[in-house]
Amino acid sequence: MSDHEYTPNSKFGKWFNDRLPLLTLGKHLTDYPTPKNLNYWWTFGGILTFCLITQIVTGLILAMHYVAHADLAFGSVEHIMRNVNYGWLIRYVHANGASMFFLAVYIHIFRSLYYGSYKSPREIIWILGMIIYILMMAAAFMGYVLPWGQMSFWGATVITNLFSAIPLVGESIVTWLWGGYSVDNPTLTRFFSLHYLIPFLILGLVVLHIWALHVPGNNNPIGIDLKKPSKDTVPFHPYIVIKDLFALLIFLIVFAFFVFYSPNILGHADNYIEANPMVTPAHIVPEWYLLPFYAILRSVPDKLLGVIAMFGALFILVILPWLDTAKTRSAIFRPLYKQFYWFLVADVLILGYVGAMPAEGIYLLVARVATAYYFAHFLIILPILSRKEKVLDVPLSITEPVLGGSVSPSVVRQRKDKL
Amino acid sequence: MSEKKVKRREFIFTATYAVGAVGVGATIWPLIDQMNPDASVKALASTEVDISNVERGQSITVLWRGKPVFIRRRTEEEIAKAKEVDLKELKHPERDEDRAKNPEWLVMLGVCTHLGCVPLGDTGEYGGWFCPCHGSHYDTSGRIRKGPAPTNMEVPKYEFVNNNIIKIG
Repeated sequence: MSDHEYTPNSKFGKWFNDRLPLLTLGKHLTDYPTPKNLNYWWTFGGILTFCLITQIVTGLILAMHYVAHADLAFGSVEHIMRNVNYGWLIRYVHANGASMFFLAVYIHIFRSLYYGSYKSPREIIWILGMIIYILMMAAAFMGYVLPWGQMSFWGATVITNLFSAIPLVGESIVTWLWGGYSVDNPTLTRFFSLHYLIPFLILGLVVLHIWALHVPGNNNPIGIDLKKPSKDTVPFHPYIVIKDLFALLIFLIVFAFFVFYSPNILGHADNYIEANPMVTPAHIVPEWYLLPFYAILRSVPDKLLGVIAMFGALFILVILPWLDTAKTRSAIFRPLYKQFYWFLVADVLILGYVGAMPAEGIYLLVARVATAYYFAHFLIILPILSRKEKVLDVPLSITEPVLGGSVSPSVVRQRKDKL
Repeated sequence: MSEKKVKRREFIFTATYAVGAVGVGATIWPLIDQMNPDASVKALASTEVDISNVERGQSITVLWRGKPVFIRRRTEEEIAKAKEVDLKELKHPERDEDRAKNPEWLVMLGVCTHLGCVPLGDTGEYGGWFCPCHGSHYDTSGRIRKGPAPTNMEVPKYEFVNNNIIKIG
């Protein structure tokens, strides 16, 4: 932020800014040079910020009415739905908000994969994003436990039991997580506490994520480095602000559709039955946004290896910038990578689908193939592609393909000579 | 740019801000209203009290909307004392007849109008109530006579269902 020598106009503004350069920061954010070719896939950062704030605000309100106690939690959720003024709305916004948050984050991640936004010099942004994603999953899982329905209870039981796969100390760790010999009141109260904490950790990480983004600036659809500011950039305000707001509006229509027309479609009916430690529901599945990882877990016939595969599927994303070392960022100029990218999208969707199906017969077979392909994509295909792939010519600037490279005619001439 | 075009743009801006403001307002209102009393609280808005066992000179205290309500069956002496007071002497002039429909029964919120403490009964300089928090004295009609409280103790809405039952609220 040292690239700004900003002096406020008013005397008070100057006095304040000399002591706390908040106005300089504001000026930095509005002036922030942004690539002028950013498409709508780039609006999900703003949408995600909105999602996080929505979850925090509705969550704070729900915590005013919710009771974190094994005997009272289920009833207090019904109390919110029936008695509290607009409680139904606030709870449905919070519950569907989690799904909308994940929908947006998956688009955001896949945008990054397509346009190579994780590549140098943006590795730290990517890693921070992955930590946020993992924390989101933890928050979502613990939030799902709080209503203390059957799915809450058995989801908590299954997920915490993952840790029992750890050799030697697994059982003690699970007992420690539970605060007892099964999921019970101590588990519920600690989950509530952590569920309250995590969003604020995420908020802090989001600040770092954006800070790290503002060092190199945004990647862009053609994935080239830009001179900033230049003819290739526009100021963040009003250009990107308006575009982000418009995209948010469209996103809110989808959001509102779920909240008002099918608020329970993404949930499970079993969670409207109070937790019963004596009976497991016939078919237990996690929320949709965790299904691909659930499928990976179930596709491995060994308990410990299954857990390792599931966490490995996440960890492999963290080290992605060092698996895909191709210099060309955008898939637009990587014909092979572009195909494999869509294979990966299909693979993850298939994993999600089989994750929701019973782990038997053809589903299990498909899950195994898809799991193997998932790892192959990152561990075999990407490293080979980054060495062997013949990439297309990358324009030197955003304006070049349009104006024949008028930003720097001499460079264009040199390139034409080379061809 | 022509005069007409500018006006059109200004109209669009104003209309957009107006719709935006309505939308934001409609979104914020549920977030505020959720802190108001909920349906389960409102359901407890009235309570019925059996007063058949209360003797003359006795008080009972019942809970209504989370607050104490004093129900006192006053003696003739107390009633007379409450009635003979000159309204000019009172900080908050109210006739005893207006406070106790049936002079034998005084029903009022047992909450000091100063800062919300519960006054003690059968005490104070005027033979009524005395608030120990900041020293407000109330008379046998629950009217403020001395001390920092600004008004008399509040008389809630109530009715006699029959000779033995009072419905408060």
